[in-house]
Order: sequence, then C-alpha cells, then structure tokens
Amino acid sequence: MSMNNLSYNDQGGPDSAVEVGQETTPTSSTTGAAFGLFSTDFKKNDDLKEMLESNKESMKLEAMKRIVGLIAKGKNASELFPAVVKNVASKNLELKKLVYVYLVRYAEEQQDLALLSISTFQRALKDSNQLIRASALRVLSSVRVPIIVPIMMLAIKEAATDLSPYVRKTAAHAIQKLYSLDPDQKEHLIDVIEKLLRDKSTLVAGSVVMAFEEVCPDRIDLIHKNFRKLCNLLVDVEEWGQVVIINMLTRYARTQFTSPWKGDAIFEGSMAHAFYDSDEERKAHSNSEPYIMDPDHRLLLRSTKPLLQSRNTAVVMSVAQLYWHLAPKHEVSIVTKSLVRLLRSHREVQYIVLQNIATMSIQKKSMFEPYMKSFYVRSTDATHIKILKLEILTNLANEANISTILREFQTYVKSQDKVFAAATVQAIGRCATNITEVTDTCLNGLVLLLSNRDETVVAESVVVIKKLLQTQPTQHSDIIKHMAKLFDNITVPMARASILWLIGEYCEHVPKIAPDVLRKMAKSFTTEEDIVKLQIVNLAAKLYLTNSKQTKLLTQYILNLGKYDQNYDIRDRTRFIRQLIVPNEKSGALAKYARRILLAPKPAPVLESAFKDRDRFQLGTLSHTLNAKAVGYLELSDWQTVAPDQSVRNVEVVEQSKEWVPSSAKESVKSGDKFYSDEEGDEGSPCNSTEDGKSTSSSEASTSETESEEESSSQSGSGSEESEESSSHSHSDSSKKKKLQQKKTKNKGSDSDEEDDCAKVGVSSPTHSSEDSSSSSSDDGTSHSESDSGGHQEKWSKAKPKRWCKKQKMRSRCWIWMTSPLIHGYPQSPVCSLQACCQIWMGSLCPVPLLLYR
Amino acid sequence: MIHSLFLVNSSGDIFLEKHWKSVVSRSVCDYFFEAQERASEPENVPPVIPTPHHYLINVFRHKIFFVAVIQTEVPPLFVIEFLHRVVDTFQDYFGVCSEAAIKDNVVVVYELLEEMLDNGFPLATESNILKELIKPPTILRTVVNTITGSTNVGEQLPTGQLSVVPWRRTGVKYTNNEAYFDVVEEIDAIIDKSGSTITAEIQGVIDACVKLTGMPDLTLSFMNPRLLDDVSFHPCVRFKRWEAERILSFIPPDGNFRLLSYHVSSQNLVAIPVYVKHNITFREGSSQGRFELTLGPKQTMGKAVESVLVSSQMPRGVLNVNLTPSQGTYTFDPVTKLLSWDVGKINPQKLPSLKGSMSLQTGASKPDENPTFNIQFKIQQLAISGLKVNRLDMYGEKYKPFKGIKYMTKAGKFQVRT
Repeated sequence: MSMNNLSYNDQGGPDSAVEVGQETTPTSSTTGAAFGLFSTDFKKNDDLKEMLESNKESMKLEAMKRIVGLIAKGKNASELFPAVVKNVASKNLELKKLVYVYLVRYAEEQQDLALLSISTFQRALKDSNQLIRASALRVLSSVRVPIIVPIMMLAIKEAATDLSPYVRKTAAHAIQKLYSLDPDQKEHLIDVIEKLLRDKSTLVAGSVVMAFEEVCPDRIDLIHKNFRKLCNLLVDVEEWGQVVIINMLTRYARTQFTSPWKGDAIFEGSMAHAFYDSDEERKAHSNSEPYIMDPDHRLLLRSTKPLLQSRNTAVVMSVAQLYWHLAPKHEVSIVTKSLVRLLRSHREVQYIVLQNIATMSIQKKSMFEPYMKSFYVRSTDATHIKILKLEILTNLANEANISTILREFQTYVKSQDKVFAAATVQAIGRCATNITEVTDTCLNGLVLLLSNRDETVVAESVVVIKKLLQTQPTQHSDIIKHMAKLFDNITVPMARASILWLIGEYCEHVPKIAPDVLRKMAKSFTTEEDIVKLQIVNLAAKLYLTNSKQTKLLTQYILNLGKYDQNYDIRDRTRFIRQLIVPNEKSGALAKYARRILLAPKPAPVLESAFKDRDRFQLGTLSHTLNAKAVGYLELSDWQTVAPDQSVRNVEVVEQSKEWVPSSAKESVKSGDKFYSDEEGDEGSPCNSTEDGKSTSSSEASTSETESEEESSSQSGSGSEESEESSSHSHSDSSKKKKLQQKKTKNKGSDSDEEDDCAKVGVSSPTHSSEDSSSSSSDDGTSHSESDSGGHQEKWSKAKPKRWCKKQKMRSRCWIWMTSPLIHGYPQSPVCSLQACCQIWMGSLCPVPLLLYR
Repeated sequence: MIHSLFLVNSSGDIFLEKHWKSVVSRSVCDYFFEAQERASEPENVPPVIPTPHHYLINVFRHKIFFVAVIQTEVPPLFVIEFLHRVVDTFQDYFGVCSEAAIKDNVVVVYELLEEMLDNGFPLATESNILKELIKPPTILRTVVNTITGSTNVGEQLPTGQLSVVPWRRTGVKYTNNEAYFDVVEEIDAIIDKSGSTITAEIQGVIDACVKLTGMPDLTLSFMNPRLLDDVSFHPCVRFKRWEAERILSFIPPDGNFRLLSYHVSSQNLVAIPVYVKHNITFREGSSQGRFELTLGPKQTMGKAVESVLVSSQMPRGVLNVNLTPSQGTYTFDPVTKLLSWDVGKINPQKLPSLKGSMSLQTGASKPDENPTFNIQFKIQQLAISGLKVNRLDMYGEKYKPFKGIKYMTKAGKFQVRT
C-alpha cells in the first residue's frame, strides 16, 4: 500500500491527479476519486505481477501491454521491475520488445536489478543475425547504468568493426549514449568515431557525423580525409543523416576555405574543368586570378545542390543555409525556388522558413523579389505567419514595387486580426522611411487611419506618425494639429504619450494649441497612465521654456501633482525637471542649459527590421529561430584569410596503411565504387550506376590504395631528389617534376603498362619506392614509418590499376604542388609535406588554424 | 536530439509521453500551456518555445499538439519534419490520427516511436520498413491475435533497412499487378474586389498507388515536362535521369506514396476556373446589411466544377444572417461567425447564388472590412496546367501490369477578397 502511495506522490502534480480522476470516476470528489483510483490501481498492479509470473506467454504479453500503457500515461510502474526483467530472454518477439521498452525507461532507477539483464544482451551481441546484434547493442547502450560503461565501451568498439553496416550504424548511435552517460570516455570514443568516419557505407555516414557533432565537434581534423567521401556519398545517405552532414560540412568549409565573396568573383563553372586538365593551365590561373575556389569547396556545393529537390523540408533548408553561408554571391539565388516551395508545407514549416527568408531578404532583396506574390497574406494564415510575411514584404519593398505593396497593405490594415493590422501600420512606416518617394503618401494614409475605429490601429498609427514626423517635422504642423484634435478620443496610453511628446517637441510649430493641450492634461493628470504622466511633465517643461508667460502656473501645478505621485519614476522626473527649469539659488549651472538639454534636436529613430541582426546566427538553426544562443550552438567561424593546406584532404592511405587492417579494407570496398566514380562515370550515364561496377569494385578499391601508396612513395622519392638539386621552389617546379617522373617511368618497368595514363604517371616498383621513401623520411625526420607499408605494396602491386584512380592521384598531386602554401618552407616531396601538414594540424608547430577554428 | 515527446489534447491534458533519453518531467509542458493560453487560437501557438533548460518544438495536427522536448541546438525544421512524419505514420496505421485512436493503440504507438527514433535520432521513418517491423492493427488481425496469441510485431526481421532500396519491402507479391497515378493540381489564388487576379499559381502532386510484384523498375515520362518549374521527389526517383532526360525513373515503394510534387512555372498564365460576383454592404447606422453572392464557371475547359464549398469568416458585428441559396445548403455559426455554403456542382445554365440580409449588432459601428471568401472546388479529369503523362513503362519484371492515370484539379488556398 504505502509503496503505491509513494509512487503516486512521485509523479505528483495536479495534472496527474486530475487525469486519473477523469479516468475512473469523473463525478466523485477529488479525494474520493483519488482514493477509489488508488485502490483500483493497487489491484491492477497486483494482478500484473501475477500475470508476469504466470507460465502463459499470452498472459505475460497482456501484462506488458498494460504496463506500457501505464508508462505512456506517465504513471510509475517501477515496482514491477524484478518481475519484468525476468522476461528479457523471452522467445516471444513482441514481449521481448516491450520488456526492452520497460527496461530502458526504468533501468536508471533500478540499477542493480538492471544488471541482471546485461548478460542476455552480451550474448545477443555475438548472435549471427546482424539485426539481433544491432538491437542488443541498442538496448545495452540505452540502459543508463554507469557500472556497465566498460562493457558498453567494449561492445561499441567491437560493433564498430562489425561486418554489417547496420550494426556499425547502431554503434555510432551508441557512442552518443555512452558519451552522455560518462563523458570521461571521450578519448576512447573519439578513436571509434575516427574509425567509423572512414566507413564508406551510406548507412553509417549520417549517424557517425551525428556522434561527431555531439562528442567532438571541434576535432575538425578528423573530417579532412573523409571530406570528399562525405560529399560524394551525400545524395545516397538517408535524409536525416543528410541534414546533419550538411550542417557539419558548412562549419567545416568555413574553417578550410577562403571567402568566395571577396574581390571579383569569377565564374567558376569553366574553372573546375581547367583545373583538372593540366598542371600548367591550373598554375596560370592561380597566378593571374585573385580568387580561385578550392575544388573541394566546389565539390561541396555541387554535391549538395540536388538535395534542394528533397521532399524533406529540413534537408532543403540545410542546403539553403549551406549555399547562403558558402556559395559565391551570384549562386545563392538557386535556393530561392526551393525555399518558396516549402511555404506550401505545414504551418510550422512555414514559420521557420519564413524566418530564414526574412533574414536573407534583408541582405539580398534580389533573391526573393520575383517571388514577392508568394508572400501575400491570406486571411487563413496564423497570426505569426502573417507578421513574418509582412516583414518579408517590407524588406522587399523598393521604388519599383512599392505601389503594389502599399495597395496590398491597404487590404491588410482592414484585417479583422487587429494584431496583424497594427503590424501592418508599422510596416507602412518602415516603407515610408526607407523609400523617400512614398513618405508623403504613407503619411497621408496613416493620418487617415487616425479616424479608424479600432484603437490599436490608431495607437500604432500615432506611434508610427510620430517617428515619421521626427524625420521632417517642419512641413507637418497641420498633422500635429490634427492629432491634437483627435487626442481626446484616443485612449491607448502609448498613443497619447506619443502625441504629447510630438506637441512638446514641436511646440513652436503649434504655439496656440500646445498650451491648451497642457491645460487639459493638467485636469486629467491624476487619471493618466504613468507613461502619459511622464510625457505631460516633459510637455510642461518644454512649454515653460518656450512660452513661460502662458504656462508658468500650469507647469507649477503639474510639477506639484507629480511631486506627490505614487510612482517614483514620476516623482524623480518631476524633481529633476523642477531643478532644471525653475531657477533658484540651489540650482547649479545646469539650469542655464535647460533649453539646450530639453529642446535639443533629436535624431530620428531608424525603423528597421527585427531580423536585422539575426544573421549573426547560422541560418536554419534553433538559435536563429529564437534569436538567442541555444545550448550547444556552434559558431560558424569566419572565412579563412589564407587558405589552410588543401592537401590534408588528399590521401587517405598514408594513415590507413598503418591502422586499417585488411579485413576492414575489404569492407570499405563495398561503396568504393561510388567514391569517385560519381564524378567521372556518372556524368553521362543514368544515375543508377551503383549496380554496375560492383563486381569489379573490389579490385578497384584495393588498387586505388595500392596506387596511391605507390604514388606517394614514388613522389616522395622524386621529391627528395629534387630537393637535393634545387632548394625547392615549389610553385615553378611542376614541369620539372613531371619530367623527373617520366624519367623514372622509363627506368623502371612498370607493372601496369596497359594504360597510357599509368605510364605517364609512373609506377615505381615496390622495393625501390620503399627504399626511397624511407630515406626521405629519415631525411626530414617525419615519424611516418614505411617499413610495413612496403609489405603491403608488395602484395598489392599485382592488382591492376584503373584509369580513374590514376586520375585521382594526378589531381591530388596537383593540389599539393599547386596550392600548398607550406611547401615553400619544406624542401621535400609532396607527401612529406603532407605529413608535415598533418602534424602542423595536430597543433604542434602552428596552432593558429586550430585556434581560428575554435 | 529529440529528448522526449508529449501528446497534448485540445483540453490541455497530456495523454501520452515517451522518452528517448533520460526522463524529462512533464512539468516542462507548463511552459507550453502558458504559451497556449496566450494564443487566441491553437494555430497561433508559436512552434518553438524556449524554457530555461529545454526547448519545446510543437506541431498541431488533428487537434493534437505533438510537443517535442529538445535540450541542445538542433535545426528546428528537423524536429518539425520528424513530428509530421510521426503524425503521417499514425494516420497510415490507424486510419485516423485522433486521441481515441492513439489511446486504443498505445502499445503499437509505443513500438512505433521506439523504432522511429534511437537516442533521439531518426532511425526508421520509411513506412514500408515500419510496416515490416510492426504490422498495422486491423480488425481481422486483432481477432486472430486474440485467438492464436500471435503478435503484431513482425516475425521476420526487416531486411529493407539494409537494402539499396530501403523504401521497398522485399518479396512483394500480388495476383493483380496494378499501378495507379493521380495527378492532382491545386490552384492557389487571391482574387481582389474587382475580380482581377492578384496572385495565382499552380502546385501539383503525383500520388501513386503501386501494387506490383517483385522489384519493378518504372519510368514515367511527360508530354510537356517543361511545365514543371520546381520539383521535389520521393527518394526513390533517380535525380540524374530527371536532370538529363526529364524522365522519372524509379523503383517504387509498395503501396501508396507521393512520387512527386511540383510547381508550375509562374510565367504561364493560370486559368481561374470560377468567378464570384458579390455585393455585400453594411449601411451606417442601420442594423441590417445586404448580402449577395453568385458563382459562375470560367475557363474550365468544358469540364464541370464540382464539390464547390464557399466559406467565410464574417465580421464580429454580424449577429445573424438570413439568406436563401438557389441551390445547396448554408450554415452560419453565430458564435464563431463562420458562414459556409455547400454549393455542390455548378450548373452553367443556372448559376448558384446566395442572397439575403444580415442583422448587425445594434449600436455597433459598421465593420471596416468585408469578409474574405475561401472557395473550394474540384474538377475531375483535368490538370489545369495542361500537364500530361506520356507513358509509363516497366522494366525488371516479366508480367504486364495494369496502369491507370487520373487527373484532377482542386482549389488550394483560393481566396476572394470583397
């Protein structure tokens, strides 16, 4: 009994009591209901326990279903834990699943008992069925019991090398769970993430990037080698993973590329080709053009573009923000159409998309101008949608379209939704200040609105007129007079205060009316709102200074009233004003300046968009929506001024040969065909080329690694020779290098002479290259050991090289030679410099890039 | 990412909660209730609500609020899109997504939610995969289950999740192989007082119902693909093929799905199939107003305009209306001031009209604005943009499927200002 009682107190809150009451006996009194329910519940739980302990499978299942029902309602069912946990090894699949649900929910509270279930999962982790392994890992990692952290760690490590990509995906999810359970495991988890990032399965990519974002978003160095792979896989990743990857790559790109916005933005399309063609051409460009987009930057933009067609609104939005933050200015507008399409979606989607469009439309009107009509307000829109649309329309207004927009606004002002009508008045005010041609028209329109029946609209109009008049007060004394006449009918405090302020400020333009208004105000002072009282005091002071003859007594009367007001602000203000304007022996030097203080010309307020400073947040983020930094928001860094070394993204073999065990290499093969084939093969052929080439892919992938291995070593060989000859003027050396390589090719009989390409590039024999590279590495003292890779080469050199990987290597070499700024200082081969760069990235030599990133 | 989910009904009770990470107390919803109170209509509740320790992102559908609890930065659309998928899945499973349906199927709901998210990150949202994991409850199955004691949980493990085409079940078999495609176009328009079009655009979708055995590979081509200005695809459509040849090539999911949604380029003039003549006046000082509304067809390409429904939010000052429709029936709710007139089919020979008087609150000033009319209609066998499917071919399987294509035009957000 008492236990049950406790459990009820646990969930506590009037909510649950009420709910429960409704369920059982809605008519009885609260206490009665609670009591009645209490006993039924007790009975219920009692028989649940019996049912769970029965031998019949169906009974157990029925009991579990009821327990899940309890959990769903938020009721406490934790006392059944021992009885439930026994069924964890049940053969019945549904029963098992429901037990899992229960276990995950309550394990945290009943840690000791939860341990009983662990061995079942451990056994299941070794199951031959991948789906069972995955689900075991899933539940094991969801059980938040600190004692089993080592077991989880072990399981994750094992699952990360599982043959099934689905299990590896589950491992990626488990990483985050373990990290939130025990942040001390971070270092180990990063190792696993690093390993999984290299995974080439589309299934894994999204989940591991998610884990990366959660555990170590600052370890950008882990991304380098996987950047191109992620870009190429992106289209085939499941949609939720796409969002995460795109957001991560946006941040990554900002830390790695230089701004495409500076200087003369040259058209890129042709560049990309020229780039791949030959070293010389590429070089010519690099010398003559001030800005050249990094090919990886281009790759990122190119590979995300098709996703604008996704049915998932989150994907479209994330591509849009990627283009907004990364693309050259003239390319951003390709996202417009897709964003406008999203406006057809649900209300909530519209809300977020409109917010982002509002931010964009401030900086780039031209993007959305052609779609202006899509932002016209419909009477069925929700109020916050209407206001956002209004905001965008205001942002889009210019000389050409202002008349259309104003006509549209006229309809809105009459809307039954008064909040919206008031917002429209403000929008008109903003249009009036931004576009000088229509200021007068708008002002006249607003004055007409002063006779509107709805007081919120009138109030808003007054406030807006006040702001507008401040910009050009002299010509508009008749408007002020008109407002003074309306004053008696206006009840909204803000509007009254605004009118008083206007009259006070421009009292010289309305010398006859102002004192009369003050007289009326003196009468009603005590009944006014505070904000109006303050303005009355202000008006009195100003009139006293300009027209003391008529208003001296009135002013004194008002100041006396203010002196005894209940509100301390008003008492304060009164005291201050009195000292300032009424000269007496105590008042100091300030009184002399009273006129200059009170009647100083004041700058007109700038009417600007509420979205003006939203662009400090990355678009599409929660922080952007809230206009405040959300927990865990990762700043988008500024562009790099000097491009960091591009070659870090080049080769993945240098590291792999050390760690990547052959078995995992085999795995990577699976999607290897997608990796670069996308660029070359797919362009002409229909996109379902994933099927073809799968048969050959295994040999391809392995050769690619062979190739690059050999490549790199041969390069390092040539490079070191070169460094002896000339003290490495890196940029001008490309032709020389080529020659050298050709020489080499002649020297050594290459094993892969079926293709011309190969001959040109030059494949050195394994023994020689390893000699070369080892000598070079000893020269420059890099820590990379080549001895074991030599063995691999021997094994791999038999495989047939393919054209595409050749080309790829050519490219990577080009990148190193052409673009690495570091190479100048390092008189070694490209690969050595690559290693050096890696080291630098690790932060030992030059911490600057890392710091910049943070 | 998504920490917890609370389902709140229209009377403000939390009737279901699910946690994917540690448990978040349901008191967090108090912030949501606050926001709900502040909003006059349920639609006006802001989708994103910050609280001191969490962020609440909610969607409102079928009179239920789906409130997701978030703890850290996440793209809000990610959560919103996911919540909508959850609603779609429930609808798919239970036919309706109502409080009663969810309460009746609480176990299935829980099993579904468990599969859809892992640690707050979407795992399986494809309806085909989910249906393999958890079978939708049908009456027959419920009966069978109670007798035989078998379960709703799929016996075999879902292999779809592992395949190259995760949206399609494996081992699909039908005796009648059929593929139906519905081309449905919606006209969004705003018509102003004088009857001229302020804005009009056409949005369309192709919904498919494909029941084909095995792994068919379909291609669908259009007579005039240039009409499609902006498209978004189901993930099954091969994007590059579309880019290159403007042909939809895909391995379809099994069952119902949305193949394509498109927007017709705005250069094309949009044909507006109906016109509205109206005369609504409120006289100053009098407590009566006159109301006259006539509908007529226009540019319908010879097809009949059906299922016409006119609705309007009347100004607050209107107490009641006394109208006579020439056809159909009308209703007026004096509390919400919602007038709706179910017209039915428009007969071009005898135009439907609604005439009569409105009684206004005495003493109240005349309303500023005349009401806006929302019009719904349907036109069968017509795609108003002129889009035509050229042919549908199947590869990869031997049998000959039955193919069907249907066109329809509907009103989307079609408003007439008066």
